[in-house]
Amino acid sequence: KTFPTYDPRTGDVIANVAEGDAEDIDRAVAAARKAFDEGPWPKMTPYERSRIMLRFADLVEKHSEELAALETWNNGKPHEQAAKSELPMFIRLFHYYAGWADKIHGLTVPADGPHHVQTLHEPIGVAGQIIPWNFPLLMFAWKVGPALACGNTIVLKTAEQTPLTALYVAKLFHEAGLPPGVLNVVSGYGPTAGAALAGHMDVDKVAFTGSTDTGKIILELAAKSNLKPVTLELGGKSPFIICEDADVDKAVELAHFALFFNQGQCCCAGSRTFVHERVYDEFLEKAKARALRRVVGDPFRKGVEQGPQIDTEQFEKVLRYIRAGIESNATLECGGDRLGTKGYFVQPTVFSNVMDDMLIAKDEIFGPVQSILKFKDIDEVIRRANNTRYGLAAGVFTKSVETANTLTRALRAGTVWVNCFDVFDAAIPFGGYKMSGIGREKGIYSLHNYLQVKAVVTPLKNPAWL
Amino acid sequence: RFSSWGRRINSFSTAAAAIDEPIHPSIQVDHTQLLINGQFIDAASGRTFPTVDPRTGDVIVRVAEGDLEDVNRAVAAARKAFDEGPWPKMTAYERSRIMLRFADLLEKHTEEVAKLETWDNGKPYDQAAKIEIPMVVRMFRYYAGWADKIHGFTVPADGQHHVQTLHEPYGVCGLIIPWNFPLLLYSWKVGPALACGNTVVLKTAEQTPLSAIYVSKLFHEAGLPPGVLNVVSGFGPTAGAALSSHMDVNKLSFTGSTATGKIVLTLAAKSNLKPVTLELGGKSPFIVCKDADVDKAVELAHSALFFNQGQCCCAGSRTLVHESVYDEFVEKAKDRALKRVVGDPFKTGIEQGPQIDNEQFKKILKYIRSGIESGATLESGGEQFGSKGYYIQPTVFSNVQDDMLIAKDEIFGPVQSISKFKDLEEVVQRANASSYGLAAGVFTQNIETANTLTRALRVGTVWINCYDIFDAAVPFGGFKMSGQGREKGIYGLSSYLQVKAVVTPLKNPAWL
Repeated sequence: KTFPTYDPRTGDVIANVAEGDAEDIDRAVAAARKAFDEGPWPKMTPYERSRIMLRFADLVEKHSEELAALETWNNGKPHEQAAKSELPMFIRLFHYYAGWADKIHGLTVPADGPHHVQTLHEPIGVAGQIIPWNFPLLMFAWKVGPALACGNTIVLKTAEQTPLTALYVAKLFHEAGLPPGVLNVVSGYGPTAGAALAGHMDVDKVAFTGSTDTGKIILELAAKSNLKPVTLELGGKSPFIICEDADVDKAVELAHFALFFNQGQCCCAGSRTFVHERVYDEFLEKAKARALRRVVGDPFRKGVEQGPQIDTEQFEKVLRYIRAGIESNATLECGGDRLGTKGYFVQPTVFSNVMDDMLIAKDEIFGPVQSILKFKDIDEVIRRANNTRYGLAAGVFTKSVETANTLTRALRAGTVWVNCFDVFDAAIPFGGYKMSGIGREKGIYSLHNYLQVKAVVTPLKNPAWL
Repeated sequence: RFSSWGRRINSFSTAAAAIDEPIHPSIQVDHTQLLINGQFIDAASGRTFPTVDPRTGDVIVRVAEGDLEDVNRAVAAARKAFDEGPWPKMTAYERSRIMLRFADLLEKHTEEVAKLETWDNGKPYDQAAKIEIPMVVRMFRYYAGWADKIHGFTVPADGQHHVQTLHEPYGVCGLIIPWNFPLLLYSWKVGPALACGNTVVLKTAEQTPLSAIYVSKLFHEAGLPPGVLNVVSGFGPTAGAALSSHMDVNKLSFTGSTATGKIVLTLAAKSNLKPVTLELGGKSPFIVCKDADVDKAVELAHSALFFNQGQCCCAGSRTLVHESVYDEFVEKAKDRALKRVVGDPFKTGIEQGPQIDNEQFKKILKYIRSGIESGATLESGGEQFGSKGYYIQPTVFSNVQDDMLIAKDEIFGPVQSISKFKDLEEVVQRANASSYGLAAGVFTQNIETANTLTRALRVGTVWINCYDIFDAAVPFGGFKMSGQGREKGIYGLSSYLQVKAVVTPLKNPAWL
């Protein structure tokens, strides 16, 4: 079987790709298992593994142009974003992880008696990785990078909306010398291929990025099968808090970016914009003006800031939330409708006078819909910001050191961006509190996801010291 | 005398190729000046000094002789590059890309660099080309990978404070390297120093100035900004002392003899208290236990001592053999030494080239004479090899007693000293009875013996059933008078970072 993948600018089919299902997952897992248990990958030196990863990074750099175009075509994100920001970040991430491959340390451990104790940090084995459609290549890097750096083998299931770029780069990886079976790529759907991977008895670890609802299913499948450890990067409803001392122009621009970036399709989008009452009116006026100026159009055209939403399902959902916002009496400042007649373009939409109990303030919309709320003081905004089952990120906009430090510690979120947002340097760990996820990706922290600890204990006879 | 590839063996000398006309390495030396601020320049005094081919004693070329004024210039360039230049302000990722580009360039130039290294040092060409240069490349790739992974901590406070540590570069690092592994030691020092964002003034050994100049030029081709890496050829008492005493050098790292290490530390103390890493001498025990596979032990003990013409700080230079295998071991060790192939390092199949220079050559012969005079049994070798250059016959002494000079002093030549021991406690006590503590080799099948000896030996590296394993991540350094600090691995970073604690009060902390 095959299934179509679409150009979200029009809804037209780009290509039909192979549709992986349980049988294909079985084959892929068998290949990854063989590559791990018998193949050269775990037995070559970490230095050799790092060289392969570096060669891959170089190959991707050479093919940046094609990859950026493919990513844009399949996802709808502005081409300039893909070409100038995401491809370089992808390359940078593989350089970063190649550098960790030969630096995995365990510990020697103080014992309570005459024993020599050490820990070996070993690869887990076969890692099942399920990535989403909002940042296909970047999410490939966040998962494949550390898994390979730690000596594992992989079965990667891509999102059904965006199967193309992973196939392209995985081929480059083999050209760089990756042994067969180390990285297997299966295109397909969640309920079939994804579920098969999460429930597989011979997969040692599963890492998933996607919605919270699907994350719950993944965790359940892992629990019901072989208790494989699970990393989850899920949804969010991240607060962006603008304090009374904020430079309003800068705050407006940053808050705009925090919400609207990537067509609003970021797990960590700053989707609850809390503004101190003292600067609320000015902020609102400027936020509306900024949204009205947002350039929406064909992502391949220069200067376009916003492309289409990913597919019809998301498109319909976003419009439904906009209607809910209107019906619940939030003030629609601008936008509110689709843009054009083809594809999945939505007008940059701003709601003000949003109340905490409205659907648009509680649910993750995953679209270009900014919700602006008013607050009076720090204790109140902390309480309201934390009053959610999500806990992925937060933005804090203030000049005051004390306010920054207070909010930083009080906000129950995995990332706090102070006077910035969406800073994703390779070494910065990312992940959620509460129902935004389990575990951290990127940086040294991501290595834990792909290593398991073996304690080794030997008796000592006549130890010179203990 | 000896015929070409002659197999005539006389009881005290080795079968070896003759020292015929030395093979010319067919390269030319393009650069001999100081490298300061990205430019090749003469010494301020205009003086030069010769660097010598140890196969013959002939001069290869004259190089610029750096002295106090040149060190001052180099330090000023490094200071400017650190305080004002792009190096510390570019992202760590960009620094790592430059280092990776350098590694690739060096890899491309392996042949020329290995020839230069062999010509200047005398080590077998195969060793330089197939082991050492690849290790240098590997080391720079290793440290390039650390550049963007320097973490500090957030720290639990006792009260209402937010506390973090920043691990920052020192600034200008003075690096002084020896002649026995010129490029390897270049990589052990320059690698982590640059990975941590410092700038460098490197003073090479006067015996081996050439390869550092060559590769540092490649580093600039790789995009290293001017002033980040400055190379000064010169002598210890002048250039080395100037660097050690310089008031504007923030950190010093020295590899060389213990005697010189003490001087370096004194100069650092008397000037600006710059922190100092020292990798010094050793008299490392190689302990062959009673359960040892004797053939394997002989081979390993042989290379532990004779590798690199015996010129290793961590040479296994006290071979302590259990009495139950002693006789067999000595006989086989002698045979192995007699089979060692000595000759022109550019010739294939050579295991041992000449010693580095006349001073070392004479010193080793003096120690050999003292060994004979003190009553040790000369099993093989004992004299100069050939009549030109600084070749010495692979020499083996047995029945060596702990109080003999050859058992106590670092000889730094192809002179193996074999002693007998009876039990573990005794050998531990004798192995530790040294002011050195660099490394040790332990040869046993027995887990308990291995673990016991490992913990008991007061040394920085214990090699069990192996020797001279120098993987990039394995830390290396000495206990006691063999040194201070560790090089290589994650440990190598600590030498090039200083810790800044940052403390801010917290108002209304949600948690402490």
